[in-house]
Amino acid sequence: MATIEIDGKHYEAQDGQSLLAVCLSFGLNLPYFCWHPAMGSVGACRQCAVLQYQNPEDKRGRLVMACMTPVADAMRISIEAVPASQFRRENIELLMINHPHDCPVCEEGGECHLQDMTEMSGHTFRRYRGQKRTHANQYLGPFINHEMNRCIACYRCVRFYDDYAGGNDLQVFGMHNNVYFGRFEEGALENEFSGNLVEVCPTGVFTDRTFSAHYARKWDLQTAPSVCIHCGLGCNTAPGERYGQLRRIINRYNGEVNGYFLCDRGRFGYGFVNSPERIREPLLDGRSEITPQAAVNYLDNLCQTAKGVIGIGSPRASLEANFALRTLVGEENFFLGLNDIEHTLLSTIFNILRNCGIHTPSLREIEQADAVLIMGEDVTHTAPRLALSLRQSARNATFDLARSLKIAPWQDAAVRELKTQIKTPIFIASVCATRLDDIATDTFHGSPEDIARLGFAIAHRLDDQAPAPELMSDAENSLATAIAAELKQAKCPLIVSGTSCASIAVIQSAYNIAKALPSKDKQLTFTVPECNSLGLAIMGGGRLRQAFERINEGVADSVIVLENDLYRRAHSQTVDLFLQSAAHVVVMDSLRNKTAEQSELLLPTATFAESEGTLVNNEGRAQRYFPVYAVSEPVRGSWQWLTSAMEDSEWRHHDDLTAACAQAFPDLAAIAQVAPGAAYRFKGSKIPRQPERYSGRAAMFANINVREPAPPQDLETPFSFSMEGVTAQVPPALLPVIRAPGWNSNQAVNQFEEGVEGHLRGGDPGMRLIEASGNLAWFNDIPSAFKAEEGQWRIMPLPHIFGSEELSLHSAPIAERRPAPKILLNPLDAQALGVVNGDRLEISRSMETAIATLPVQIETTLPRGLLGVPAILPENQQINNPERVTLKKVAAEAENKPEIFL
Amino acid sequence: MENLDKPLTRNIRPDRGFATLADYENTGGYQGLRKAVTELQPKEVQQWVKDSGLRGRGGAGFGTGLKWSLVPMGDADSDNPHQIRYVIVNADEMEPGTFKDRLLMEKDPHQLIEGIIITAYAVQSHIAYIFLRGEYHLSARRLETALQEARAKGYLGEHILNSEFNLEIHLHTSAGRYICGEETALINALEGKRANPRAKPPHPVVSGLWGRPTVINNVETLCNVPHIINYGVQWYKELGLSAATGTKLFGASGRVKRPGLWELPMGTPIRDILEEHAGGMQDGYKLRGFLPGGASTDFLLPEHLDVAADFDAVAKVGSRLGTGTMIILDDKTCPVQMVLNLEEFFAQESCGWCTPCRDGLPWTVTLLRDIIKGRGRMEDLDTLAGLVRMMGPGNTFCALAPGAMEPLQSALKYFREDFERYIVGNKTLLEAG
Ligand SMILES: Cc1cc2nc3c(=O)[nH]c(=O)nc-3n(C[C@H](O)[C@H](O)[C@H](O)COP(=O)(O)O)c2cc1C
Ligand code: SF4
Ligand code: SF4
Ligand code: SF4
Ligand code: FES
Repeated sequence: MATIEIDGKHYEAQDGQSLLAVCLSFGLNLPYFCWHPAMGSVGACRQCAVLQYQNPEDKRGRLVMACMTPVADAMRISIEAVPASQFRRENIELLMINHPHDCPVCEEGGECHLQDMTEMSGHTFRRYRGQKRTHANQYLGPFINHEMNRCIACYRCVRFYDDYAGGNDLQVFGMHNNVYFGRFEEGALENEFSGNLVEVCPTGVFTDRTFSAHYARKWDLQTAPSVCIHCGLGCNTAPGERYGQLRRIINRYNGEVNGYFLCDRGRFGYGFVNSPERIREPLLDGRSEITPQAAVNYLDNLCQTAKGVIGIGSPRASLEANFALRTLVGEENFFLGLNDIEHTLLSTIFNILRNCGIHTPSLREIEQADAVLIMGEDVTHTAPRLALSLRQSARNATFDLARSLKIAPWQDAAVRELKTQIKTPIFIASVCATRLDDIATDTFHGSPEDIARLGFAIAHRLDDQAPAPELMSDAENSLATAIAAELKQAKCPLIVSGTSCASIAVIQSAYNIAKALPSKDKQLTFTVPECNSLGLAIMGGGRLRQAFERINEGVADSVIVLENDLYRRAHSQTVDLFLQSAAHVVVMDSLRNKTAEQSELLLPTATFAESEGTLVNNEGRAQRYFPVYAVSEPVRGSWQWLTSAMEDSEWRHHDDLTAACAQAFPDLAAIAQVAPGAAYRFKGSKIPRQPERYSGRAAMFANINVREPAPPQDLETPFSFSMEGVTAQVPPALLPVIRAPGWNSNQAVNQFEEGVEGHLRGGDPGMRLIEASGNLAWFNDIPSAFKAEEGQWRIMPLPHIFGSEELSLHSAPIAERRPAPKILLNPLDAQALGVVNGDRLEISRSMETAIATLPVQIETTLPRGLLGVPAILPENQQINNPERVTLKKVAAEAENKPEIFL
Repeated sequence: MENLDKPLTRNIRPDRGFATLADYENTGGYQGLRKAVTELQPKEVQQWVKDSGLRGRGGAGFGTGLKWSLVPMGDADSDNPHQIRYVIVNADEMEPGTFKDRLLMEKDPHQLIEGIIITAYAVQSHIAYIFLRGEYHLSARRLETALQEARAKGYLGEHILNSEFNLEIHLHTSAGRYICGEETALINALEGKRANPRAKPPHPVVSGLWGRPTVINNVETLCNVPHIINYGVQWYKELGLSAATGTKLFGASGRVKRPGLWELPMGTPIRDILEEHAGGMQDGYKLRGFLPGGASTDFLLPEHLDVAADFDAVAKVGSRLGTGTMIILDDKTCPVQMVLNLEEFFAQESCGWCTPCRDGLPWTVTLLRDIIKGRGRMEDLDTLAGLVRMMGPGNTFCALAPGAMEPLQSALKYFREDFERYIVGNKTLLEAG
């Protein structure tokens, strides 16, 4: 600990930290641009200048850049001294020389770090009389706008995009005052985290293109804390609404989960909420004549009179909604809505997490790993934000080396310079090349069986109690030895696996490795496909196949389907048969889909943006999301439809349901404490969703009715649909918007953290439900090696960040980035079939007619006998299952476009 | 042994093309190397150079032996990554008015190569790079040939002079840019990155090329090294006139009778250089001022002519010895236009990394142009002074901008009336008579 003096006041700080970070965490107003809490210091912008005195007698001091200055005991500095404040003011003056001053038409306006810092530094008078240098802008794809004239050359964008996120198509070009931040040529930014540029860039160079289409100022947006629903990681988000439309999503800091960054699916996937495909009213047999009350009565009646009602839950619906359905139909009639593969994978994972006694890390903890083995996942496509964290783990070896050279960890460029000398061991075993291969020390490509076998072999090398596979090749044996050696040495080794190669053996081998590791700080994490997959696993319930059997065997005759498109889970013939056999089909969902089309009663449900609920992420962390805006009747939250159909229910409110759910399942006991309930008041009032500058409230709807409508009441959450009240010191789980006096952009988060990049003051939101306990036996089912069979291929669905997730695909910008349908083939297989890149192949299930015809892309890393199929929807739905098929070349003259025969 | 008072240029004669390997060997070439690898421990070589008082000739005058002694030498037989160390020769020479390294490389390339080998031996480095200004085609050719000759003769490569010491030297020709001469930008450029400087600390001696300990020295600096080893510390120290040691290449450009370059003792009075060696001002021109060590040093006036040309003495009167190559301002040249010319160069060469330099230098240029075009205002002089303050040492990320401000700040001090005359009378002082 060091005691330092800043402008005559004494503070305690950690030795060696960056002085800027320390000043900010004390809540001091010290402007900066190039520094970023997650990316450290580079000393480029010179905005953070302070005066440092050499000794107690020194009266003059000398300017130093706070971000580049390590804190030392007895340090004496001044932020306010004239030489420092004048320098900062004049530095902004220089930054603004070529700035277009177009705040009124700039989408950054109102949450612009440059605006804030300009105000803070006091630059008010422009002396420059010359011309401004101008730049041309580029088209960067559907996500991001580019307005280069606003650039202040802080270099953050390239530092994030290239250094932090591993991209390479955004660069800085030119020199002197003509530096240009863009792509070599126009085109979509390729990196999956490009959306963070919107928040990383302190000005309006990179702005959210999806937001532009329906832009509103930050101060005009209603916001509530939310959780991303587009994968199993549960990143925290802050969605913004105006005029009943969801306008955008930005990051909401959670020190344990997403930190400062989201992936592009999570940021730009929200369009489904505003989609014309939304179900807006209850429909009976496809006619729209039923009132909400009639719908409730119908549901109630059905439950009373039907021969048997089963409920099919959903991994993309909240715990509360699933629990309400389970209660309505009865535990024995509740099914999770997962097909056999999904169900088995998920319960295998849950069993391991629950009972294996190995710690499942948060993303923050993952960034501490000093050796990583990824088993069977292309993480960037299955749990994107995790890939970004793994990129940071990859730096740990250089941090260690830097420490030995006395280079501070926040000296970003200096630490990165060491990366050619030393690498964190990261191994990736996957079906074919993944997006993280650039950080891998070694990769292995094989069928899921072969990945699992490699895993078992590694485990055996770590602990000879672990079963060993037989008949491994020399190459596999030596790779297993090398990986085992690296993992064994590590202090904090991490094993990553998941569901995406649909192999239980892979998951089990991952567990064996983790079990065999000697380190007590070892970590094991699994990706799960959907936002509440793990929540459902905890709750438990039957399989989809069993649900089908209930109806097909006549045990039950009615089914309620909760937010689940069954056609995504099973073959269409099977689902058709099931839905036709049921006498009554009630579907509750927010978007039209094939299952909804077959319903007798269709109930319109609220999306995540319009309702509340609790989700459990892959870490076992329960998190609450809140409605951002009130949805208009007759759309209701699923839980509301369900509870209102329970005549004698005591559950009036969402909190009641959460509490009951917590009580019903010991593993869910903590969910009631995830966030304060609806009764919470801060300084006597509810928490406003609207910022205090929310404009036009009296006039917003004047074109419809000159009387200002009363704001909707929110009885379910601690939030109000108004601007009265304060948000500054509410508990982190209830922070609707990040803003502090003088800090209007998301950078204000510094003021809410316990130390920069630390936990939110009051604790990061979310409750971990599962802590390591128990000890499972070794898994012994080692598959035999995969053998390519003459004339037969096995389909390997390859998830894609843009295209594999159901809801985000309803956002046009995400759909635009979906890869074209194609199949990947090993070069030797291609040769045997006589096809080259672009030729088309007809795919047939053995002995059956063709199911699809798709163009070929040769993929050298894909093993022989496997057929890589991007799991993009809906086109590839029918060829998305790991099954065996035959291939036939299609004559060249046939029309050259992909076809899928459903 | 001949001409021991001009060790650096003794092989360079106007009547000869350049010193061949044989020429070089005939005057004691590669004897320093032989002595170093056969008689001296690396640490001893470091100590000799430290004791010699040799200071960097690249402009900053940092003690060369001291720099070498900061290199972590590690444990000789461990295989830890820090065993890899590099030596880099800064042969970028792009400072306006400076042309000393070029002479040394074109005329006596083996002298530099021997200096590199001894330096590498002193810090136990096995790979060295010469980072050469791209336009120096002739230097490149001669160095390349000399490197081959040295390899063939066993001065370079494996087991140098049958010792255990190995070294490979690579010649890299720069893609161009003044900033590549800044040692850390040079390293980035050598790595194939943008030529932005790096933050110090860590200094290159701790984490330089590819993050390894790296010694960077100027061409002229390293050319001194063989002689220090060969003839000894005492001899070297006695070469200097003032407290400073050794000789130095001094140059003069501008309206002197004999512009050129001379090897003279450190501490030679500036007057001797200008009046004796450069032959004084051309007829009809009077000396108004001079930049003592290249474009990025403060103007000095005729009253400073008796100052000794060494690092400390020049610093004492408010400028820098820099590269020791003077640029002369005569009484018929406008200092404001001269400064504008320099600032245009610096503004163009700013790497664009830090704000004061990237945006301050172009503004400086705009203001100077405005003043010269008669659009200037008196308060512009305050703005210029403010920019000088903004870009002062320590305020910018590297020394380019403070260097750029040196001629401007001293011009504002010494030639203020020339600026004012433009503003008030829309005329140069010269036009006004
Ligand atoms: C903008 C700038 C340009 C420089 N250019 C050169 C150069 O061309 N040659 C050189 O030797 N040093 C140059 N230097 C100085 C080097 O950074 C460094 O100090 C020098 O190479 C160290 O060698 P020395 O100790 O032998 O002088 C430059 C410095 C700056 C700030
Ligand atoms: S585009 Fe934005 S982030 Fe990038 S350098 Fe310019 S101002 Fe900084
Ligand atoms: S990683 Fe997953 S949870 Fe996070 S933003 Fe992306 S899709 Fe959402
Ligand atoms: S002072 Fe100029 S050259 Fe040096 S880092 Fe800053 S912008 Fe680049
Ligand atoms: S924030 Fe310190 S120099 Fe940019």
